[in-house]
Amino acid sequence: MTAQIVLQVLLSGLLMGLIYALVASGLALIFGLMDVVNFAHGDFLMVAMYALFVLVAMSGADPLLLAPVVTLVLFAFGAAIYLGIVRFAMRVQTNRGMVQVFTTFGLGLLLQGLAQTIFTPDYRSVDGGIVAGKSVALGGIILPMPHVVGALISLAAFGLIWLLINRTDLGKALEATREDADAVALVGIDRNRVFAIGWGLGSALVGLSASILATFFYIFPGVGNSFVLIAFVTVALGGFGSVYGALAAGVLIGLIEAMTALLVAPSLKMLGVFAVYLAVVTFRPRGLFGSM
Amino acid sequence: MEGPPLLEVDGVTRRFGSLVANDDVRFTVPRGGLIGLIGPNGAGKSTLFNLIAGVFAPSAGRIVFDGTDITRLPAPARCALGIARTFQVVRSFNAMTVLDNVLVGALVRDADTRAARFRAHEMLVFTGLDGRARALAGELTSPEKRRLEMARALATRPKLLLLDEVMAGLTPTEAREGIELVRRVRASGITVIMVEHVMEVVMPLVDHAIVLDLGRVIASGRPDAVVRDPRVIESYLGAGHA
Amino acid sequence: MAQPQTIPAPITAFTSRRRRQLAVALAVALALALLPLAVADVFVMNILVLTILFASLSQSWNILGGYCGQISLGHAVYFGIGAYVTVALFVDFGILPWFGMLAGAAIAVVLALALGYPCFRLAGHYYTIATIVIAEAALLLVANAEWTGGAVGLQLPFAPDSWATLQFGRTKLPYYYLALGLAVATWIVSWVIEDTRAGYWWRAVNSDIAAAQSLGVNVFRSKMAASAVSAFFTAVAGGVYAFFVSYIDPTSVMSFHISLLISLPAVLGGIGTLWGPALGAIVLIPMGELTRSYFGGTGLGTNLIVYGVLVMAISLLRPQGLVSLVHLFVPRRA
Repeated sequence: MTAQIVLQVLLSGLLMGLIYALVASGLALIFGLMDVVNFAHGDFLMVAMYALFVLVAMSGADPLLLAPVVTLVLFAFGAAIYLGIVRFAMRVQTNRGMVQVFTTFGLGLLLQGLAQTIFTPDYRSVDGGIVAGKSVALGGIILPMPHVVGALISLAAFGLIWLLINRTDLGKALEATREDADAVALVGIDRNRVFAIGWGLGSALVGLSASILATFFYIFPGVGNSFVLIAFVTVALGGFGSVYGALAAGVLIGLIEAMTALLVAPSLKMLGVFAVYLAVVTFRPRGLFGSM
Repeated sequence: MEGPPLLEVDGVTRRFGSLVANDDVRFTVPRGGLIGLIGPNGAGKSTLFNLIAGVFAPSAGRIVFDGTDITRLPAPARCALGIARTFQVVRSFNAMTVLDNVLVGALVRDADTRAARFRAHEMLVFTGLDGRARALAGELTSPEKRRLEMARALATRPKLLLLDEVMAGLTPTEAREGIELVRRVRASGITVIMVEHVMEVVMPLVDHAIVLDLGRVIASGRPDAVVRDPRVIESYLGAGHA
Repeated sequence: MAQPQTIPAPITAFTSRRRRQLAVALAVALALALLPLAVADVFVMNILVLTILFASLSQSWNILGGYCGQISLGHAVYFGIGAYVTVALFVDFGILPWFGMLAGAAIAVVLALALGYPCFRLAGHYYTIATIVIAEAALLLVANAEWTGGAVGLQLPFAPDSWATLQFGRTKLPYYYLALGLAVATWIVSWVIEDTRAGYWWRAVNSDIAAAQSLGVNVFRSKMAASAVSAFFTAVAGGVYAFFVSYIDPTSVMSFHISLLISLPAVLGGIGTLWGPALGAIVLIPMGELTRSYFGGTGLGTNLIVYGVLVMAISLLRPQGLVSLVHLFVPRRA
């Protein structure tokens, strides 16, 4: 095993990790804001990928150009899901634990069923556009262009989240609600509206990550299932609800996955991730980067 | 009062980050006593209450109950030793019947569910809730829920009962019934510590009052003496009234 | 305080309610025992076996998820362990499935306790997520292990009909009674648990942890105990299922779909209730089998839509489950 191979693996892992971080960011944002896990997170991703698929098929435009459209569509979708469904699940008094899990979980099943019925279980792919089939060569290390672009978009998105949370009134409202949802009502912030916007933003991030994934990954009704596991682990590692923790954890997972594939076997690459997850859950139940 | 105290709070301090919620609090509770723990909002009453109940441990100091050092003991073990509590915001098992709620309390002393069920029913009779035995706890009115908390705590056969603002939000009639109930609990030989925000409710009832302000004990003694203490008046009304 | 002279009304009411539950169960079990006399069709018999088996599985899940409130979406692990251990012991060492099932159940209990140690310190959603991740990791391990036959799986060798080896080539009827026996057993275990100290403690943990602790309940130990009982019966059912289908592979006994089929009946029928899991299984399992056989590949889509809508509707509109609708016609506590 040469140093070059190791470097190649680590860099690929880093790029994938940045993309995983973006996939998990929406889950972390919603969880942090209101302590609700969206068990349909993976299926939101699937919906976004099919949305991109349809848009590309209709317009013939480059998928990356359509990414902002998908992001907006998912914002509306997420906010609508909150206002139409999740809001009511939060009010239920009996069997609350069960209700909070199974409302979004049932939604996920429904979305998968709809995708199966509308698009059939077949694997689809969008034409990757300008990034398709290209790669970047750095002194013998070859990195696929879609991964490079995806990682850069992910970093840019995390930068935007930082600006949004720290430099805007909306960000202040989100932070305040996150800290004490009951108290903000007293200062005139409409909690429901903030939650709806939170679901919108979280889902918009899913839309963005789906647009990146679609340039190099197949689209099928169960596509969310594999990514949602990584997102769950990322969020658990990053400290539930911490968006920046998700960034660090995503990168870590990308690296672990790549190294497990190299050192153990490619078919067992997720096992390294799961092992790290179990270790973290055992010794740091609040995640590697979680506070308190 | 004779014999060693039932509860001894010995120099207890509890910090939350940089905030000192309880600062070197010390007092003793004699067996059979009825103690009022009062103070304005944010005085550290709830923190002290939770330290005695075992929700969290103190940062410094010692708590001794009935001769046992319970400083680091978790809540269930304290219940087994004989400390029972109610909650300021009621915590009924809403999907269970009223009788089953109280039964859960009785089971800590009696693994046999049939015997425990009889005991639970006695506690419902004692608190005047027996007519609602088969209702779901979630269907009770809030004064009824407060009684249920009391019945549930009593079912654990406590030596010490901690009451957290049990009179809050009650109408005068309900409060009178509540006071009557507390008197009967005490008459049955159980030591009681009541945390109350409103002085008027507790003072006529207790035989000893401890006043907390900003995490410290500022007065301790017979209720009639305590209410005349300038520091107590100042802490409740603010500086200038003393 | 002295023992009361007469038994208080709420206690007599409770006792007679318990007796009534047992009487209803006896009647249902008898009716189910006679049902095969009226059913000759192999396809229908197949659905009946699966329905009763998953009623039993969901009843086991309900012990942890319903009474104790720990929502597991990874019970396929215990099911798969039961299936693989039973089959592997029989194929490799000739150990009879009756003992194999017990071995599988014992291993499942040990695993449940080992996993419970880290997981039960996680609250609510965190626990549910952990169960999903762990089940997925287990699936990966089983698909890559040698003793499990990897992705190919394990096939029972052809053998003459026998109750000792639980193999019946010509008829499904013995499996029907095997599943029914297991369902009756898990129902009775649930019924007994409902009036034990542990049973009340588990429901207290489910309802309010702080209140439970203040009444002397050890929350961690309660979750561990409920998990062990739940894992035991789930694994036994996994063994029965393996001999019923006679061929197992990672996806057929350990995939997420199995975890779903184990948990959804209880959720739909009524979580934490005696009859909820059975009622939910009667609705879900035949529907799943019918749509799959009539619509083929697209049937899965239809199933998911119906499952999804039902689960959402129950969660939002009737969290007590379908079984609570029965009380619209029968008074709750007579």
